[in-house]
Amino acid sequence: MPDHDLSEALRLRVAEAAATETALRIVGSGSKQFYGNHCAGEPLAMHAHAGIVDYEPGELVITARSGTKVLDIEKQLAAHRQMLAWDPPRFGPQATIGGAIATGLSGPRRAYTGAARDYVLGVTVVTGRGEIQAFGGRVIKNVAGFDVSRLMTGALGTLGVILDVSLKVLPLPECEMTLVFPCDVSTAIGQMNQLARHPGLSGTSHYDGQMYIRFSGSTHSVQAASAAAGGVVVSDADVPWERLREQTHPFFADDGRVLWRLSLAPATPPLPLPGDWLIEWGGAQRWLKSNTEATAVRAAAERHGGHATAFRYQPDAVGAFHPLSPPAARLHRRLKECFDPVAILNRGRLYAL
Amino acid sequence: MDKAHQSRFFAALRRVIPSRLILVAEHERAVYECDGLAVYRQPPLAVVLPETVAQVQDVVRLARDYEMPVVPRGAGTGLSGGALPCAEGILLVLAKLNRVLGVDPINRTATVEPGVRNLQVSEAAAPYGLFYAPDPSSQIACTIGGNIAENAGGVHCLKYGLTVHNVQSLVWINADGERLCSGGSGLDGPGLDIASLLIGSEGLLGVVVEATVRLLPRPAETAVILAGFAELAPAAEAVAAIIATGVIPAGLEMMDNLAIRAAEDYCAPGYPVDAAAILLIELDGDAGEIEAQTECVARVLRRLDVTTFVVARDEARRRCLWAGRKAAFAAVGRLAPDYYCMDGTIPRARLAYVLAEIQNLSRHYRLPVANVFHAGDGNLHPLILFDGNQPDELRRALDFGGRILELCVAVGGSITGEHGVGVEKLDQMCTQFAPKVLTQFHGIKAAFDPGRMLNPGKAVPSLARCAEFGMMHVHSGQLPFPDIERF
Repeated sequence: MPDHDLSEALRLRVAEAAATETALRIVGSGSKQFYGNHCAGEPLAMHAHAGIVDYEPGELVITARSGTKVLDIEKQLAAHRQMLAWDPPRFGPQATIGGAIATGLSGPRRAYTGAARDYVLGVTVVTGRGEIQAFGGRVIKNVAGFDVSRLMTGALGTLGVILDVSLKVLPLPECEMTLVFPCDVSTAIGQMNQLARHPGLSGTSHYDGQMYIRFSGSTHSVQAASAAAGGVVVSDADVPWERLREQTHPFFADDGRVLWRLSLAPATPPLPLPGDWLIEWGGAQRWLKSNTEATAVRAAAERHGGHATAFRYQPDAVGAFHPLSPPAARLHRRLKECFDPVAILNRGRLYAL
Repeated sequence: MDKAHQSRFFAALRRVIPSRLILVAEHERAVYECDGLAVYRQPPLAVVLPETVAQVQDVVRLARDYEMPVVPRGAGTGLSGGALPCAEGILLVLAKLNRVLGVDPINRTATVEPGVRNLQVSEAAAPYGLFYAPDPSSQIACTIGGNIAENAGGVHCLKYGLTVHNVQSLVWINADGERLCSGGSGLDGPGLDIASLLIGSEGLLGVVVEATVRLLPRPAETAVILAGFAELAPAAEAVAAIIATGVIPAGLEMMDNLAIRAAEDYCAPGYPVDAAAILLIELDGDAGEIEAQTECVARVLRRLDVTTFVVARDEARRRCLWAGRKAAFAAVGRLAPDYYCMDGTIPRARLAYVLAEIQNLSRHYRLPVANVFHAGDGNLHPLILFDGNQPDELRRALDFGGRILELCVAVGGSITGEHGVGVEKLDQMCTQFAPKVLTQFHGIKAAFDPGRMLNPGKAVPSLARCAEFGMMHVHSGQLPFPDIERF
């Protein structure tokens, strides 16, 4: 695919905005605009800054411009039997890799193969000062300088406009098999965490009395693990993982309730909050559809050392992200100031600081 | 700093921490004057050994109030001088915070204090069939706190990741002495990923007092392949070629001829002494998986004219093959009075080129070099042999080392893969990063530690130092690799 490098034009745009203190709202394809707090500002369009800059399958590294579509990258990788192992949710066919990294969201494989931030090796960004800065690199081990690449992952564009990103990729598993078991949620949580004590698990979910699990690896090991686990083999057409990752599963439809994401220790027992639950990542990611008070949801997550995100459909009055302790909030503010001193980038999208 | 100020500080310190935990006598401080990079030595003003988190907080708060530099230290096995004391500051030794607070086999985590040794974590997890993946070669002695400060790696990073991939949450003390928690009981925490920024920050941003690390299921079986080559280039080529097939070895190590012979003399692991290079390839999984992977690797190796091919499946034979690799530094150490261990990373595809260039530099500096390294990660560890008692040899070894690191940057790599910058690689940081990026790093440091009190002078060079270093380099000839863009 052709490489369109708009780095300098984007830098100029940010530098001008900094000079005039004009707030900017960074937009890839807009597929994840719902995520995070509302932020005002002139749109800074990234989609045309696109192209795969470098891809060497033997290096397990790909470098792409932020406007490159996730789909295009995955297509290119699949041609060499490789993948983005954190399974980035797209939430739309045009989703860009910049948006995937800025939101830092991960899909069903995450609990077993790692998160977006685990695969980020380097980023080039425009800071709020209008300077282009490169952090990290294209090698898998690199401890020179602070790890800003990972800090940018999930920062929702509040610290810099991502221009390019270098990612570690992994080989596609030779074989995958999904099994379904009828069971209640407590049994499912126990089972999932028991199975995770053996290598090869690559996906788990529970909803409405059905537990799905997936094994990945060599044909031999997947068959052995599946036979040992029992359950009913699910045909390719009925495998749930893509519907879960893309939230096209009926559970995620807008029905007037808030969609909460709770991040908890996987084996945490079911929480006594009213609403409907869908469980992923062995119990470490739990979706709750509920109109319960935000404070009650957050208090319940906190009691178990976790946190709760109002992921979709929340009223503006409910902050998207779990409140920070005073010293952590102060640190967030200082980091924001050091990357974006006049606060022009995605102001307030992560936290109102 | 005037004496009166110092004595006021010590009087205050003794009010918050018992005197037996404060070492001020010269012979006691001397024990702590260096870490694993012994060419840099400096006793601290005092050594403080807190036994509780509250004491750590008190010490940091006092140090802030008295503007006293604080250098955190674990076991002192670091190889870049990251724990080198400040003459006018205190050394905060966290070795007494050494309890394994808990192993949670169901959630597959261990919660430990920073002074817990790396190997202890895997030992605590072993009864549950779990292990802690990062395994730096110093794992018997090095502490988790130090591993976090350096983002330590080891032999199994390619498949199982570095420290940053295996830490779930951190409890840490900021420069104001406040306690923060970054990460959570789940797989992520709210807000910016502060834990990732702390990992590898070499003690400049905060003091970690508790870590929850992830434990992984132990693979059912392991095999080690020994592959010998008559030339260096095909061995280097094999590294990227194996990975391109879709096999991710648990470990993929390379040794060159000098290292092979030294290891063979030292502990007779059965390496082919006439080979130009060997690869040690560790595969893990269930029996069927290992068989399929072994076949796949064998195909690549045969295509590249492998001259020795041995597969070790039983534990005794595997241990024997690894013994040579694990003893390689000690074995090479017998070849010369001193050696200097480097730690650069490069893209795997440039291995052959970089190894050949290192040989050229070896001739130029008239110092032999042995290579023993994590080839799968592209993480080089050239060992430069020299005699510190010979005039000029230490300087030549340091210059040679510096050139190797600049070569790594020139081919798109990094000046450090796992040892950190510390005081050792401050000059090479100027090669790897543009001044505006270094300025950004100083900004991050100030956001965490406005008084610049935590481990000052390490990891990130001042711009003045870089200007001086740049001038020195231009004066001594051409800038190295002038055709390569620097950022």
